[in-house]
Amino acid sequence: MAISQMIGARIHRREDPHLITGGGRFVEDQVRAGTLTMAVVRSPHPHARIKSINTRAAKAISGVVAVFTAADLKPVLSGTHPVAPAFVAEKHTVPERFPLADGEACFQGEPVAIVLAESRKLAVDGAEAVEVDYEPLPAVIDLMTALETNSPKAHTNLPDNLAWDLTYVPEDAVKDAFAQAEVVIKERIVQQRLAPTPMETRGVVAEYSTFDDQLTMWMGTQNPHLIRLWVSGSLGMPETKVRVISHDVGGGFGSKVCAYPEDYLVAATAKMLKRPVRWTETRTESLQTTTHGRGQVFDLELAAKRDGSLLAMKVTQYLDTGAYIGTFGAFQACACLLAGGAYKFPGGIAARTVGILTNRVPTDPYRGAGRPEATHNIERMMDRLAQEIGMDPAAVRQKNFIQPDEFPFTNNFGLTYDSGNYAGAMAKALGHAKYDDFRQRQAEARKAGRYLGIGISSWIEICGFGPSAATAPASGGLALVESAQIRLHPTGSAQVFVGSHAHGQGHETTFAQIAADTLGLPYDSIEIRHGDTAEGPGMGYGTYGSRSLAVGGMAVRTTAQQIVAKAQKIAAHMLEASPDDVVFDQGRFHVKGNPGNARTMGEVAFASFGASLPEGVGHGLEATSYFDPPNFVWPFGTHICTVEVDPQTGSVDLQQYVAVDDCGTVINPLVVEGQLHGGIAQGIAQALFEEVAYDPDTGQLLTGTLVDYLMPTANEIRTPVLDNTVTPSPSNELGVKGIGEAGTIASSAAVINAIVDALQPLGIKHIDMPASPDRLWKLIRDAHAGNGAHP
Amino acid sequence: MADKVPVSVTVNGTTYTREVEPRDLLVYFLREDLGLTGTHVGCDTSQCGACTILIDNRPVKSCTMFAVQANGRQMTTIEGIATDGKLAPLQDAFWNEHGLQCGFCTPGFIMMATALLESNPSPTEAQIRKGLEGNLCRCTGYSNIVRAVQTASAALSAGVREPVGAQASGRA
Repeated sequence: MAISQMIGARIHRREDPHLITGGGRFVEDQVRAGTLTMAVVRSPHPHARIKSINTRAAKAISGVVAVFTAADLKPVLSGTHPVAPAFVAEKHTVPERFPLADGEACFQGEPVAIVLAESRKLAVDGAEAVEVDYEPLPAVIDLMTALETNSPKAHTNLPDNLAWDLTYVPEDAVKDAFAQAEVVIKERIVQQRLAPTPMETRGVVAEYSTFDDQLTMWMGTQNPHLIRLWVSGSLGMPETKVRVISHDVGGGFGSKVCAYPEDYLVAATAKMLKRPVRWTETRTESLQTTTHGRGQVFDLELAAKRDGSLLAMKVTQYLDTGAYIGTFGAFQACACLLAGGAYKFPGGIAARTVGILTNRVPTDPYRGAGRPEATHNIERMMDRLAQEIGMDPAAVRQKNFIQPDEFPFTNNFGLTYDSGNYAGAMAKALGHAKYDDFRQRQAEARKAGRYLGIGISSWIEICGFGPSAATAPASGGLALVESAQIRLHPTGSAQVFVGSHAHGQGHETTFAQIAADTLGLPYDSIEIRHGDTAEGPGMGYGTYGSRSLAVGGMAVRTTAQQIVAKAQKIAAHMLEASPDDVVFDQGRFHVKGNPGNARTMGEVAFASFGASLPEGVGHGLEATSYFDPPNFVWPFGTHICTVEVDPQTGSVDLQQYVAVDDCGTVINPLVVEGQLHGGIAQGIAQALFEEVAYDPDTGQLLTGTLVDYLMPTANEIRTPVLDNTVTPSPSNELGVKGIGEAGTIASSAAVINAIVDALQPLGIKHIDMPASPDRLWKLIRDAHAGNGAHP
Repeated sequence: MADKVPVSVTVNGTTYTREVEPRDLLVYFLREDLGLTGTHVGCDTSQCGACTILIDNRPVKSCTMFAVQANGRQMTTIEGIATDGKLAPLQDAFWNEHGLQCGFCTPGFIMMATALLESNPSPTEAQIRKGLEGNLCRCTGYSNIVRAVQTASAALSAGVREPVGAQASGRA
């Protein structure tokens, strides 16, 4: 079957017309008659005992319909916040979590009570009138001292703050390799906490219909089916009675994967009060209580030879889980499993992850989740090594890359990289960056007292989650496969329901491209539907981990192939031929060698509803199937950044950003480029601007608005130079890999490497993020002062 | 609750008279009283620009005004810039240049860019970036938003209006 008219086509997104005309259907646009608004009373303390809650004044406000505390919800909601095994199957402690704090609040912003009122304003008035008597408790603020015996405890009922401590490979295993080392580089690298900050904050609307015991929830989520699972379980309702609808979602970046307290509270109160309830998070609530990303400290040791050959590495990850463990918080431990990046470590890699409870909002995956950390670590260490042995950073990478003929390549942790040409991508990127010219310019600039730098980041990632054998144990039993259901209508249009959801990725366009080519139908005849658990396949597994195309897109592909197989039998019947003699080409079925007499897929669809069907073939052209990939997919690339640092102010001028990426077969280049633009900007943001900061003494959030949390604007980001290579994945028929997180995974290391490179003449070896003017200025000052201070 | 006061405004050419509380923000008045939900709220501190509209042809973050302050004013929102069923050049350019992903910030960007091109029909890239620094986008990294404004600027100077909504597959 010939395909590829639409696959690979740079077509414009069909999602856009309603979004550019004000017709978006975001959560708060959902209007139900008689809706109550919920406001949440939150703990102002990082840690406090709740001595009493006085709701009398709030209830006295006209228009306040109800005020609830944990005691009111306990009979309605059961269970605790779900925590998946992810990459840490056995955890030391998983603190129980109820949607409303019960007796003890463990992070600033934790919900303590809720107010339901006739309007937004009255709900806020009511929340302000709730009097909570708190007894502040000592809080766990510093990650690195939290495991000391005299540290405060994040929960008063727990003996310590250890969430987990898992050694994947013991240090003993790399002892011999370290003994042979000619160079050992040690570094502590801090991955600051980040706020995902989708432009649409979280929100939920729920409506309960008494007569049929049906709960409908509208929310912006990356994961409608799992929300249905969790909410129905907590409310004790069958999944058939809970419908989750997610129309347009104003960004997610990982923060809308799990269920939050407010999701349960809105659903429960809609049922309790028998009125629609809505809640919309304010931006301050979002920065305070939506899961954060990163929040890790790594201790790294790299063993190598003076010729630049890598030998072995040791990695310890200290991960700030926050007060409760995020649903997929332990996913971030994959930073250990990918510690070796694009390189061979013949002497092995020792790795250990330690999860630590603190009195802060939980961390959970944020764009890249573990993979940006792994890339940042290894790419910083490669540059540190290059600096130490006086070798060019590109040459050190070149020397140690896994080579194209070594795939499939099993890394030190048993993960199998599917395909790649790492050196090829780097060579192309070096060409775009005019690397040798830059080194010349840099040398001249240095003579003139100017600080130019260039930073390379050769990244790889594991994505396309994932094969059932690997993912079912990690998710707690549900394999992260993906589903599609396709229905052809009599006149040849097709509805494709997909379990994957979207929040900006363009699935309605790219999945339609795949379906059009596979079904042999015009692109405009294909409708993609998603985001409503009442439609389509029974399960969808959520959109995260760059999985939608490699798993969800393949579900579309394989389901469409089932339709084609059935249509072939009907077409053969119509052509009075044996199915084996019929071929399907460009949407037309014909007998081999006789293309003149053909039936289109549309004609076959019509016939499938008629009276004349072949023996044993039922009516209609419909199919539902799930795709279970044989492996993860492993995209890669090289990013190169050039900067000039102003030694007077510590400011960084990001001069050029080059990205050469390989995500296998490209379905729609426009969409791929868009994903890279956004991802690169988010990594640059981590490198230069963003940090969730808490007061080191009080534990109070210092970055609770977008005045303080520095999301970059158009003024801070440059348009990157993009190019690609194409190394198809052997793990799926389309040859596709993921690209949603690539930009973020690669970019922080490229930027920091460039800044460190610029400041090398001052003896600066490492800089933690964000490389703010303040931080750089102090480093430069200290370096000039000759004390060689290290951040 | 304070007494309600009458407000009369013209939005997208239609005049509306409503009773509002003095504390009602203009953005919620547009969204919840007039049902014009294309104008979005993305922050609490006037940083994100998702609520940008035009008042008397000047860009305003509608979360920074009370509805009563808009009494008697002429406003344009994202719902009002397509004319005669044709997308405005900026809307078309955002579509063509892939200037949006999740689309939540998009109405604010389009309204801000409308004002920008009104005051400076042929801005440089630097002027576009500076002109849009009051709006935040988390998806696009701004590259294609800047391109969209450049494309619209070129289309406006050339007096060219791309046919709208050209067949979906034909927009390659």
